[in-house]
Amino acid sequence: MKGSIIKVSGPTVVAKGMRGAKMYDRVIVGSLGLLGEIVRLEGDTATMQVYEDTTGLSLGEDVISAGEPLLAELGPGLLSTVFDGVQRPLYHIYEGQGDFITRGIVVPALQRDKKWDFKAAVKKGDMVNEGDVIGLIQETENIIHKILAPPGISGVIREIKEGGLSVVDTAAVFEDGRKLTLMQRWPVRTPRPFKEKLYPKIPFITGQRVFDTLFPIAMGGTAIVPGGFGTGKTVAEQTLAKYANADIIIYVGCGERGNEMTEVLTEFPELVDPYTGLPLMKRTVLIVNTSNMPVAAREASIYTGITIAEYYRDMGYNVALMADSISRWAEALREISSRLEEMPGEEGYPTYMATRLANFYERGGRIRCLGKDERFGSISIVSAISPPGGDFSEPVTQASMRIAGALWALDADLAHRRHFPAVNWMRSFSLYIEYLQEWYKENIAEDWNILRQELMLLLQKEEGLSEIVQLVGIDAIPDSERIILEVARMIREEFLRQNAFSETDAFCPPAKQYWMLKAFLLYYKELDAMLKKGAALEDVLSHPARNDLVQMKEMKTEGFVEKVKGIINKMEMGIKQ
Amino acid sequence: MDLITREYKTVSRIAGPLLFLENVPKASIGEMVAIVLPDGRSRSGQVIEISEKYTVVQVLETTASMDVAGTSVRFSEYAAKLNLSIDMLGRRFNGIGEPIDGLPPIIPEVRADIVGMPINPVARDNPSDFIQTGISTIDGLNTLVRGQKLPIFSGAGLPAKEIASQILRQAKVPSTPLPLEGGGEGGGFAVVFAAMGITFRDAAYFQEEFEASGALQNSVIFLNLADDPTIERLITPRCALTTAEFLAFNYDMHVLVILTDMTNYCEALREIGAAREEIPGRRGYPGYMYTDLATIYERAGRIKGKKGSVTQLPILTMPDDDITHPIPDLTGYITEGQIVLSRELYRKGIYPPIDPLPSLSRLMNRGIGKGKTREDHRNVADQLYAAYAKGRDLRRLEAIVGETGLSEMDKKFLRFAEEFENKFISQRYTDRNIKETLNLGWELFKILPKESLTRIKMEFVEKYYKK
Repeated sequence: MKGSIIKVSGPTVVAKGMRGAKMYDRVIVGSLGLLGEIVRLEGDTATMQVYEDTTGLSLGEDVISAGEPLLAELGPGLLSTVFDGVQRPLYHIYEGQGDFITRGIVVPALQRDKKWDFKAAVKKGDMVNEGDVIGLIQETENIIHKILAPPGISGVIREIKEGGLSVVDTAAVFEDGRKLTLMQRWPVRTPRPFKEKLYPKIPFITGQRVFDTLFPIAMGGTAIVPGGFGTGKTVAEQTLAKYANADIIIYVGCGERGNEMTEVLTEFPELVDPYTGLPLMKRTVLIVNTSNMPVAAREASIYTGITIAEYYRDMGYNVALMADSISRWAEALREISSRLEEMPGEEGYPTYMATRLANFYERGGRIRCLGKDERFGSISIVSAISPPGGDFSEPVTQASMRIAGALWALDADLAHRRHFPAVNWMRSFSLYIEYLQEWYKENIAEDWNILRQELMLLLQKEEGLSEIVQLVGIDAIPDSERIILEVARMIREEFLRQNAFSETDAFCPPAKQYWMLKAFLLYYKELDAMLKKGAALEDVLSHPARNDLVQMKEMKTEGFVEKVKGIINKMEMGIKQ
Repeated sequence: MDLITREYKTVSRIAGPLLFLENVPKASIGEMVAIVLPDGRSRSGQVIEISEKYTVVQVLETTASMDVAGTSVRFSEYAAKLNLSIDMLGRRFNGIGEPIDGLPPIIPEVRADIVGMPINPVARDNPSDFIQTGISTIDGLNTLVRGQKLPIFSGAGLPAKEIASQILRQAKVPSTPLPLEGGGEGGGFAVVFAAMGITFRDAAYFQEEFEASGALQNSVIFLNLADDPTIERLITPRCALTTAEFLAFNYDMHVLVILTDMTNYCEALREIGAAREEIPGRRGYPGYMYTDLATIYERAGRIKGKKGSVTQLPILTMPDDDITHPIPDLTGYITEGQIVLSRELYRKGIYPPIDPLPSLSRLMNRGIGKGKTREDHRNVADQLYAAYAKGRDLRRLEAIVGETGLSEMDKKFLRFAEEFENKFISQRYTDRNIKETLNLGWELFKILPKESLTRIKMEFVEKYYKK
């Protein structure tokens, strides 16, 4: 179907002669061949958002509808690849076009000439239903790529291949002649189906004490990380991408800085996954649409990301999707909406922004996959939010807060004093603690949640006391409260603060977290006991265990528990005396 | 290219800086036009929206004395392009790239689209060369690296231009001693200066500074002063950056781009938005301001396999010193940190009045450490931050409870904050090298007991903390 342009305004283009086109159909715009998507239909005119800069377009140029929506290519070769927001492989564009991204480039997402060693998992005459594994491919050293019968496809196998195949080669043929290739295509705006959603019960370990101990999330959970500029959102997202115990990481750089993505691109191939010892890039898919790349492609980038995430989830993997930042996505939505002259809601965002956001977050979760072997997969979403002026009352933060299971609120004040991760422990929350208790009891310790609550209580007391100190001075409060302030300060400095750039401290396993916390809380009890026995405050505050405690975080994980038990024993003896 | 000039006299409406034309069949987005006034004078403009009903032209100069009946518009078929040549060094241009120094037009080697194209993120090289500015609060705490974009957030009346020119004067990559010789490799050092709506006084100050420091023959100056047409300002930074990219990536030069004042640029953007009757975003600025600013700020960096670099030092004035105002706010979300000036420090007579607490350099870690600056750099910076932040808190407390309400330890931190401001932040126009800066940090740590230096590794404390 071919129409012609009658209006161009920023990233939106209107064409007439488009009768019969469908909403969200993919279009090719103008003689430059720009990629776009239909977002509104009126009579025979269609309005499109264009994923590339529209400079140079003029009236009367052709618009061709592809008759299908924006699709993601799903198959082996996704891992370790860097795509733009509409899944064009950036390395290929770089090799073909040079340092700058030119327009109208058509490059398939998956490499066509690469052969994959396909091992069939079914044989002639087998009945295959949607989601069943038909074969396996070793995609990277640690990830086995399962080729699944796509949703809605079933039949009896007539022929199955084996050995070196490219993504477009036929891998299997059904009795009725339908063919399956290694690759499937899926519309990015449609969630992929599954059998059922499950309660999240396993923690998503991040190796960050303030997250895992205070505000944990579950595999399949959603956390949001709002914070003004310079509060460390990107560092938090990148740290999680490095250390989270997910099988697959999808990192969506949505409207952020080019040089930051360079950091990921240079670091990830060198950094080692703490769980498998392989380069991090082997489990990562990067989707990069920097702030100066076209705004409509930024809007599409999170959908491209979540579709790839769902594809790996369907194989039975635990996937983590990092979106940095969802505010830039919402702004792209706002920009397009305002070009469409839609009635604006709060702060100019379209009224459907919150619904779209909810739909996106709901594509996360832990599920039972399609297919006859019982597979379970999950997508955990951690999305950064950049509220204007650091003010959380703005619509994107508010809409996200209503849906997210955990809030990690970043705080400019903490960031200014270089307390990182700058998570404000008074404002943050997690709704997953109850679901995760069982796991912690079984795998870490019986009293995990009790200690966690004690810690929160101590921090709360400190908050109240600090206010009093601000009014009357430190000398006016009793010694028993002085030690609360002292221990809380130590916990803030030595436990909640964590150095993302320190080799040992950047990743802290849950068991180490638990024993560190136990030691700190015991230290408090010890000081309290000393005071009650009549010791002078100066003596109490210069307790010898102090130096041992501040060195805990830099201790190696091996042998850590024994060493800390030693420290704890010494303190327990002190209390009994 | 067809040789028939397409000229239309179908102007139906003029509103602010916009012309609305009817029945223009083949205009294209971004196309440059010449607008011929009834009296024969000519002005330039750019097509920003096309539809069957209207073609909207944004006039780069004033719309004064244009009329609906007699004005004609000549379409060029070109997007805004700039003539580029190495001979631009030492020359002065207006806000849309026409020479204003009385010399003949340059002979172009290349004609480039001023909008530019986004650098492919995978083509970017990691910026990691430390630039020593000689200013302790920058070098020590918020290190600048080549290829970074680091804006100065100023307030009305604060000395941003003095700091920018001090950086220009003193900036060097320590491996090469002479400031303007550039790095060991590459084709030297150049400055591209873009003035947007600043006063003649400020522009003259910069030109004098360039002359005094010997940078003038290595600089390209684009001037759009306060009395020049507002809309021209939307073009000025793009001309500057197109020139900078040309020098950096065609001539291997290390280019420092100074953009001042971005606040004026944003106001011009708002003016266009209002004239187009767009739905305004925060404080009347258009909703796409983030994207628009990104197309300017993101044009900084290094490219793999190329020796040159583009480093940006934009200056903006925070309206009412408010860092949450949309202009500094959106800028901070795009740039790799910010240098924030403080009125309080300025009032105390401290120069440069850089407030380290809200200041930040996101690329700092890549440019510092062993082999680049010194092994203890990161730790020293963290400790200075933490101790100064604590001192500042205590100052507030002291104001309420009085000095007697403070412990001995607290008093030490108070003294530290005081000395830090007077010795570390304040340095007037001296040029400190990085070792001096770090040693000064250790000098200040002496005020505090050794045990309170919790942000520094033990081995460094042993090595550098001397009584």
